[in-house]
Order: sequence, then structure tokens, then C-alpha cells
Amino acid sequence: MNEIPLKDRMKIKRHPMPAQAPDERIGNFDEVNLGYTPELAWAEAQRCLQCKAAPCTDGCPVHVQIPQFIQHIVDHDSLSAADTILEDNFLPAICGRVCPQENLCESRCVLAKKGKPVAIGNLERYSADVTTKERAKRIEKVEADPTGKKVALVGSGPASLACAGDLIRMGHDVTIYEALHAFGGVLGYGIPEFRLPKSIVAYEINALKKLGVRFEKNVIIGNTIALDELMIEMDYDAVFIGAGAGLPRFLGIPGEELVGIYSANELLTRINLMKAYKKEAITPVLSYQDKVVAVFGAGNTALDSARTALRMGAKKVNIIYRRTEAEMPARVEEVHHAKEEGVEFIFLASPLAFIANKHGWLQSVRLQRMQLGEPDDSGRRRPMPIEGSQYSRDIDMAVIAIGNGSNPLLRNTPGLEFTRWHTLMVNPDTLETTVKGVFAGGDIVTGGATVISAMGAGRKAAQSINGYLTGT
Amino acid sequence: MYQIEKKKKIAPDIYQYEISAPLIARKFKAGQFIVLRPFADSERVPLTIMRSDQGAGTITIIVKAIGLSTKQLVLLNEGDAIADVLGPLGHPSEIKNFGKVVIVGGGVGTAVAFAVAEALKEAGNIVISIIGARNKNFTILEDEFAAISDELFVMTDDGSYKKKGFVTQQLRELYEAGIQFDRVIATGPLPMMRAVVEMTRPHATPTIVSLNPIMVDGIGMCGGCRALVDGKIVFVCVDGPEFDGHKVDFDSLMRRNNAYRGIELEKEHQCKIDQQLEKEDAE
Repeated sequence: MNEIPLKDRMKIKRHPMPAQAPDERIGNFDEVNLGYTPELAWAEAQRCLQCKAAPCTDGCPVHVQIPQFIQHIVDHDSLSAADTILEDNFLPAICGRVCPQENLCESRCVLAKKGKPVAIGNLERYSADVTTKERAKRIEKVEADPTGKKVALVGSGPASLACAGDLIRMGHDVTIYEALHAFGGVLGYGIPEFRLPKSIVAYEINALKKLGVRFEKNVIIGNTIALDELMIEMDYDAVFIGAGAGLPRFLGIPGEELVGIYSANELLTRINLMKAYKKEAITPVLSYQDKVVAVFGAGNTALDSARTALRMGAKKVNIIYRRTEAEMPARVEEVHHAKEEGVEFIFLASPLAFIANKHGWLQSVRLQRMQLGEPDDSGRRRPMPIEGSQYSRDIDMAVIAIGNGSNPLLRNTPGLEFTRWHTLMVNPDTLETTVKGVFAGGDIVTGGATVISAMGAGRKAAQSINGYLTGT
Repeated sequence: MYQIEKKKKIAPDIYQYEISAPLIARKFKAGQFIVLRPFADSERVPLTIMRSDQGAGTITIIVKAIGLSTKQLVLLNEGDAIADVLGPLGHPSEIKNFGKVVIVGGGVGTAVAFAVAEALKEAGNIVISIIGARNKNFTILEDEFAAISDELFVMTDDGSYKKKGFVTQQLRELYEAGIQFDRVIATGPLPMMRAVVEMTRPHATPTIVSLNPIMVDGIGMCGGCRALVDGKIVFVCVDGPEFDGHKVDFDSLMRRNNAYRGIELEKEHQCKIDQQLEKEDAE
């Protein structure tokens, strides 16, 4: 295959991601997207115009050298493509799957001005996936001399994993403390298998272990070990807090305590972390078989919940959202997939109360029709109730997916200061908290955000921690 | 890690375990709990801690084999290791000298009642303990309570041991005898805690209950353990487990706690574990 001349490249149409057929995939938890073949990847890579200014790279929170890695795919050198990504992004197989590329790198692609952007996410995923075996065989070792400095990381989600990947390569001694029995944070308990296979998360964690990062489970910093004990008794020189988001938000309407109402976190934790989708699993989940399920919210977590409910046998799944499709914060691909799978969207409706049957189980929801008014602080048009337009809808189960507050476990730690939104207060330049030598990043600082932004924060903190430890 | 140092059957289906968990033993305060998984594929089970021994690095828990996972747990013996133990979780009980306190413990809730009673005694309180069980065989921790109580009442539902009646009957008698007390702490089955709360309400005696909802992670992430207290949603794992009993909505909590009963019974390996337990009982 020869390279296509530049002027002809603009005419190539974007190659869609091959996927399991919708009617087939709602019967299993296997990954929906199947990945590019080498032919598709090569053809898609040709679409990249190799812009010198690389606006796509500016759109990436960790500044992956996008035109460079894509050129390696054009050159049939996927290992170099993967290595180029790995210079800036330690978790390409994960980010290729869960990043909202349409708001980041792909939104800056010059092709997006007139047509569809280069499928950067799909190519990133391809580069990582096809080189997995080759990379696993390599003996990775830390090239920097040991610094003799010890760093403890709190939580094992994307922020800590990215932070650990950089710190270990800088020669520091790195230990990750995780409260749960499995590592990966939201990558493990939150994002479903059909969107992010857990084997991929395990592969990345194993890669860090091979580099020398220690992983300790069942340790909750603040309870099992206090923050100051890490520094004083256990001789850690610095700490990174990447504890993630916490308590799920609820709607605050009557009837929310009824049986049959889950937070998205609980549903997804039961299914993903505790594997309740497998028949042999011990953790129970309320039966979805032939049930009518309503999911409240419009982010990725809401869509994950809706699509999970479908796969658990629900007869009908609705997403109920008080604004319209244009305001949905979810990834475009997830909305598209959910529609293909038969999830029905009810826009401009807001829940007022959950109604119980005589046994105290959920029976219906009272809804209020809405219309869009003036834009609010977030720039999205504010939903306003339409007078006299309340109605009821029979539902068997409800899932509340309207975001998370911050985890309360560290709130009583002496010296740590929090914002009025209960997120950790940090110096925006260094990500250092109000306690010297303690840094933080990810959802515990920003509130619920994306995997890639948490990774970006983890990497930024690693730079600061390195500076703090080496006096540079 | 998490090796079982001692196992003792203290009543039918009820076992006392001493588990090696030095970090938890060091931090434990009365009223706190752990989440454990017996095996690597088990669900996460919240259990209260009865006592800890910092020197030995152990915690003591009391388990009733009642659900799938607790039945799995009691298959483990001395020398075996438990897959995962996380803790200590939840806020410690408020311990200070209140004056005269009444501790009410029922069923396996007696274990956490003991931890709180012991700590309150050490803080200088006069401790009146009321422990209850179905019958003589199910009466647990009597000697332990006797050692730390100024007065101990042991109740059985059927009168097969000590005094016949529910724990609330004894509590009523204390009120009727005109005994003044400053605080009641009740831990046990939800119907028992509700009955205690209804009895103390007219007397306006401050009453603390330790809630035991269904939990998954136990660290403030899933929201499954939510309860209604004073009309507001609380998360028992991080806001509790102790609450002002007069403000707890017990009805909704009881419904939520029963939500999985039917599903769990349907799980097929249930019968295998039951057979194994019956075999052990026979031995």
C-alpha cells in the first residue's frame, strides 16, 4: 500500500469504528467496539494532514504528539506509534476508549471545520491494542537512578496511576494505597465491561507493577492509616491524594428511599466491581428481567447505567433528562450506541416524586414537563417548568445518575482545607494542598470530571512532587 | 494476611472470630465496623467489631451465618486467611461520662453493644446492660457483659434462661421503678431498636441506635446504605453507623434491608453451603 497524496487525503471519509450489532450486544457484556483492523487504521491514518502546528495536541490534556503517532501508523509501525503515545500518556488503551475526544483533540482537528475529524481516539486505541503482546514481552526498567525518596499515593484510579507512572520513572519509590479490594478506581467499579474491558485495566496496572510500583489494597487513608502517619511514622517524603469523587448525589425528592431505586454508583458497583452480571456471582442485584427502568441524568454514567440495565434483561429503559439532547454531557458515541440499543430518551422532563405500591416498592414517578429558558452559569439553557403539565409514568426501577459529591473520608484530616463544594483546596500551579508535601488531583479536587483530566492532573502533580523532592 | 487466630462457636450458627489485622486493631474505636470478603469472589459484608487487641494485632468479630456470605465466612477455620478485611469504618461511638447509661443488645448486635458498653464503663459511666436472645442457646456474651456492667439483665423470649420477655420489657421496668438514666444505646435487629426508641421517646431519653443497612463498598461511594434520618438521606457507612434513634425512619430501612432476601435464596450454591454447615453441626 502506498501513501496517498496530500490533496487526495482530504477526500477520504472517516472510517467508523466496527462494532457488535446492537441486537446482539444487548445480550452480552462483551465490548461493543471491536477496534480497527490494520487496513482500517492505515486508511484512517492517511486522513491526517500532519499539520505542523498540531492543534490536536493542544486539545489533549496530556499533550500526546498526535500527528507523530499517526505518521507511524501510516508507516506500518504500530509499535513506534504506541511508544510515541506512551511518552505522554501511560494509559492509551484506556484513553482511546473513554476519552471524550470530540471535546478534546478531535474538536481541534482542521478536518472538523468542513467535515469529520480524524478518528484520533480510534487510532490511539488501535496503537495500544495491537502492540499489547509485544509491549508485554519487553523488559521495562526504570532508567533514572533511585532518589531514595518515598511517595504514597491515595487511591488507584486514573489520577494515581498516571502519577505513579511518572514518579517511578523519575526514580522515586512509589506505593499506591487502595481502599477497595480491586485496583483501578472508577476504571474498575464505574465504567462497564462493555465499554472498558477489565483485562485492559489489569494490563496497565501490571505494567506499573513491573516497573516497581507497589499496590496495597484494603487500606483507607484517613481510617486505616492517618495522613500524618504516612509522613511521620512511615517516612513517606510526599503524598498524592487521588481519592476520586465520592457520595452519589440524589434528587432530593419524596420517595427516594423506596426499594427499587439505585444510585448509578451502586448499580454499577454491583455489576462491575462485584460482577453481578455473571450468573455465578454472589453479590445480588435486583432483577431487571422484564422491568421498566428509568435513569435520571444525561452523562456517561447515566448512559452506562441505562445500557447495563438493558443487558440485565430490562424490558424498557428510559433516560429522563430535564434539558434536551444538545445539552447532554455524555460522549456522542455513547448516546449513539444507547439509541442503537433501544434506550429511549425523554427530554424536558423533571422528576417531582417517586410513588410506592402498597409494599413500599417503587411503582411510578411523577414528572414535570419543562421548557428551556435563558442560559445559566454553565452556559446551558436553564430548564423551566411548564405550569400545569405534571404527569405520572409507571416504572419498576429507577437509577439516579446526577453526579457525585466529594468523598468525605479525609474531611477531618488536620491541616487539609476544602472548598465550599467540599473538594480539596490546592495551589492551582503545583497541585499542593494546604499540607506541605501533600499534593492532590483528579475528581477529589475538581469534582466529577473525566479520566483524561484526572490523568493530566496526576502527571502535573508528579512534576510538582519531583520538584519538591529534588529541590528543583 | 487476615489470618483467623481463634474461632469459637458461641451459639447455634453464631461464631466468634479473632482475626489478625494489626492496622485495624490499632485504630479501632468502639462503635466502628469492618467490611470483609471471606473469599476472593465473595461479596462485601459489613460486620461490627466487638473488641481489638493492639498487642496481638487482632480484632474480634461475632458473625451469625444468616446470608450467603456469612455462611461462607463460617466455613473458614483457625489458620485460614480471609481474603479482604477493610476498616475500621464509620464514626466511633461518642464516649464520655454521661452519668448512667443503659445498653440494650439483641442478637449479634450484642457484639457492638459490648464494645460501646466497655468504653462507656471506662469513661466512668454507671452501665446498666440488658441483653436479649431468642432462648438459652442463643444467649451470648453474658460473662463479658457481667464483667463490665454495674447491673446486667439477661432476657430470653421464651423464658428458657434467666428472665422471660423482650429487652424492652426490662427497659419498661427500669422506667417504672423510677430509675433515672441519661442515655440509652440500642444495637440489634431493626424491630428491637425501633421498639426501644418508641419506649424511650415519651421519656425523652437520648437514644442512640447503630444501623445495619445493606452496604456494598462501605467507604461512601455507592449510596446503597442510605437511610432516612430526620427526613434527610444519610449514608450510614460514612455518616454513621450511630444515629439519634428518635429521628430514624425504621420502616423504610426495614423494607430496604429485605429487598434482596428472595433473590439470595434463589442462588443455587446456597444449598451446598447449608449442607456443609449441617454436616459441621452434626460433627
